[in-house]
Amino acid sequence: MTWDWSAVADFMPRFWDGVFITLQILVLGSLISFTLGLVWAIGFRAPTRFVRWPVNVVTEFIRTTPLLVQLFFLYFVLPEWGVQFSALTTGTIAIGLHYSTYTAQVYRAGIEAVPAGQWEAAKALSLPAHRTWFAVILPQAIRRITPALGNYVIAMLKDTPLLAAIGVLEMLQQSRLESASTFQYTEPLTVIGIAFILIAYPASLLVRTLERRLVR
Amino acid sequence: MTAGLWQNWVLPGIWITIQLLVYSAALATAVAFTVGIARTHSSRVVRFLAGFYTEIFRGMSALILMFWLFFVVPPLLGWQLVPMWAAVLALGLSYGAYGAEIVRGALNSVAPAQREAGVALSFTPWQRMRLILLPQAVPEMIPPFCNLLVELLKGTALVSLLGVGDVSFAAYLVRLATQESAQIYTISLVIYFVLAFVVTRSMKALERKTKRNIGIEVPGGGLGALFAARTAVTTTSGGGEK
Repeated sequence: MTWDWSAVADFMPRFWDGVFITLQILVLGSLISFTLGLVWAIGFRAPTRFVRWPVNVVTEFIRTTPLLVQLFFLYFVLPEWGVQFSALTTGTIAIGLHYSTYTAQVYRAGIEAVPAGQWEAAKALSLPAHRTWFAVILPQAIRRITPALGNYVIAMLKDTPLLAAIGVLEMLQQSRLESASTFQYTEPLTVIGIAFILIAYPASLLVRTLERRLVR
Repeated sequence: MTAGLWQNWVLPGIWITIQLLVYSAALATAVAFTVGIARTHSSRVVRFLAGFYTEIFRGMSALILMFWLFFVVPPLLGWQLVPMWAAVLALGLSYGAYGAEIVRGALNSVAPAQREAGVALSFTPWQRMRLILLPQAVPEMIPPFCNLLVELLKGTALVSLLGVGDVSFAAYLVRLATQESAQIYTISLVIYFVLAFVVTRSMKALERKTKRNIGIEVPGGGLGALFAARTAVTTTSGGGEK
């Protein structure tokens, strides 16, 4: 068994395509998970338990079941219900939905850390609910949870290879296509493995720095 | 879905998933304690190696590691891993790296005076670890380990991509046979949910037991705390590993 540099060179065009798709999934997936997570988090604090209870059960269910199965669920079941999305769109929605249940917990912790006096002050000024949330509570909550959200973006990065299972052309799928045509498994798989470490490690250092700066 | 599919695929699938969970959890625990304790070692070389291990395996995607062990290791070393063991190795090694951080954090959270007391009694480092530090650190580790175990359970679904006949693989076959995606995938999601529920409940019981062993009473429990218990756990484990 020898390492073949020409196989690495041949893989490069596909590799960069894969990196591009992976980053695209990551950006859109993060946006979905950040917004939907916020919706869940506000749902956790809804005034009536007819909202709180279903939100708790649904997020708990999504969070404790495998992303891979959810991915297949959306990919195979949505068309049956007459909703037709591309594999890339389905995958991005699945990953965003899955991680929204994690970011929801982060938001929850951040919101709970806002002193009760802030809620009371908003009430005393008789601010409407949406002003209380968006002008008083969230600006204070979000600053200190930014690092925790960053950690979930890194976790999401490491879950993007799952999308290869429904044929999304991200990094892993590109390496599988390469192997299928050249019968070289070692080089493409090793290249993407190293690429993941090269992206994830500096990213986690960045999050740690943010953590030191923002959370005191 | 017919009874035949249920008996031939889904039930054995559940059994394989449970086996995978048990084996890889055992490996991950062993790795977590070895690497985690090594990260508090007095020698700088040992600390560096353990730190290097954690960073590599936490930076790597578990699925890619699994593919790598399955496709790259055989030509490299000249022997082929059974898919099941490639999967257990990949899951155990990568979740063990997350676990090592939990072990390290819990060991560091034991009051420094406890360590000093051990030194004053001229305990050997190993005696200090075994008799003073670990008994106090282990109850602290259980809530984050519980989350990690649920993550590991979810991670076992990845093995279906190597063709191991777990719950996810069974779901895939049943879907091919019946063409009823909604039904089989809902069933398999519920199966995972129930398994995760059993895991969190047993870990909660274990936490109460180990805490009681060192004289801390844990309030709560019972049916009302079912959902509250796990969410509280998740927020305290902070933004670290998912």
